[in-house]
Amino acid sequence: MESEETYNPPAPLESGRQEKNKPGSLKDKDIQVIIGWILRGGVTVSILLVFIGGILFTYRHGQSIPDYKTFKGVPDFIGNFSGIFDGIITFKGQAIIQLGIILLIATPVIRVAFSAVGFLMEKDYLYTAITLIVLLIILASMFSGRAG
Amino acid sequence: MSVIVFTVILLLGSYFAGLLGSLTGLGGGFIIIPLLTLLLRVDIHYAIGASLVSVIATSSGSAAAYVREGITNIRLGMFLEIATTAGAFTGAVLAIYVPTHSIAIIFGLILIFSAIMSLRNKVEQIVHKETFLSKKLRLGGTYPVSGGVVEYGVSNIAGGFFMMVFAGIISGLLGVGSGALKVVAMDGIMRIPFKVSTTTSNFMIGVTAAASAVVYLQRGYIHPGIAMPVVIGVLLGAISGSKILVHTSSSKWLRWVFAIVVTVLSVQMIYNGIRGNI
Repeated sequence: MESEETYNPPAPLESGRQEKNKPGSLKDKDIQVIIGWILRGGVTVSILLVFIGGILFTYRHGQSIPDYKTFKGVPDFIGNFSGIFDGIITFKGQAIIQLGIILLIATPVIRVAFSAVGFLMEKDYLYTAITLIVLLIILASMFSGRAG
Repeated sequence: MSVIVFTVILLLGSYFAGLLGSLTGLGGGFIIIPLLTLLLRVDIHYAIGASLVSVIATSSGSAAAYVREGITNIRLGMFLEIATTAGAFTGAVLAIYVPTHSIAIIFGLILIFSAIMSLRNKVEQIVHKETFLSKKLRLGGTYPVSGGVVEYGVSNIAGGFFMMVFAGIISGLLGVGSGALKVVAMDGIMRIPFKVSTTTSNFMIGVTAAASAVVYLQRGYIHPGIAMPVVIGVLLGAISGSKILVHTSSSKWLRWVFAIVVTVLSVQMIYNGIRGNI
């Protein structure tokens, strides 16, 4: 029994945190496990998509000569969501890669969104607000890109 | 150069970039961008886009492992992400207006700074006192060591926050994780234990990079033909690196190798930037 003592969490620096660590409630530890899951799952799925798309792309276009020396943006058909969607249905390699990349970029954003839910369930309103601010900044960034 | 040759060269190069980046803790972006711009003559905007995507992959992949170990200070990370994402947004917008040769020069300078940072000896420091702001924001924490846990406090939060805004701007402008700057903010200014600052910085890098990647994605900076080999190569390299890291206790000589490689690359970037070749 005594050996279990060493694994107990230490006395928190502040009394306010103690009640959040009581058994039964959603603990920081649970949130950490789920965050770990989201990150690992997101990276795995997106890399698989990039890999599959990469094989299709190099198989079909392996001999063509790309020009990346001057900046011309991306091919038109993957410039927007509906184009990427059409491309995926017709098994276009670059569209599948782009979907994987979008999912990869979304992974940390999903992690932030989940953290907000986690903090809310812990009744930690200060950190729910902080997390929402981070989400808002990312959203603002997303819409500024579209406007330009 | 045909697509297949380009892809194979980039896959191999990215693998080594990911390997070195993970062994030294600087991240793969610092080798990817010179590789793409100097060797393969790719436009720097495409290079930044591809590098940024690989940064998200490696950061998220390794953060998953660290978070489970309970070393990462998630509250501190979340709080500082306000600074880094705001900075990253600014950096991504700046990247549109800053001339490409200036980006190359800034890149070289930050690269030299990071190399110096990676060579310095790390001494574990633990501050037990908590400041008013640190208490209010509950930023202090604990991390597990063999046979117990270590408690620590956080100092100079305002200073660290502003340094993080700068780290975010650099990340967004150059397409790197700017882990070295984040560690300066946390180790040097906020006096957080080294173990915690490294993992928490890594935890933040993915979100920071995502904040600028959403801008780059819509501006067409992220080209699938370039990002595909880069992200796969860097991630595989980083995974190999983390496996090696477990087995070797001293990586001193490796950090020297990396510092020399990085110095050569940064001089090249600055030279080509001044000459207007990039």
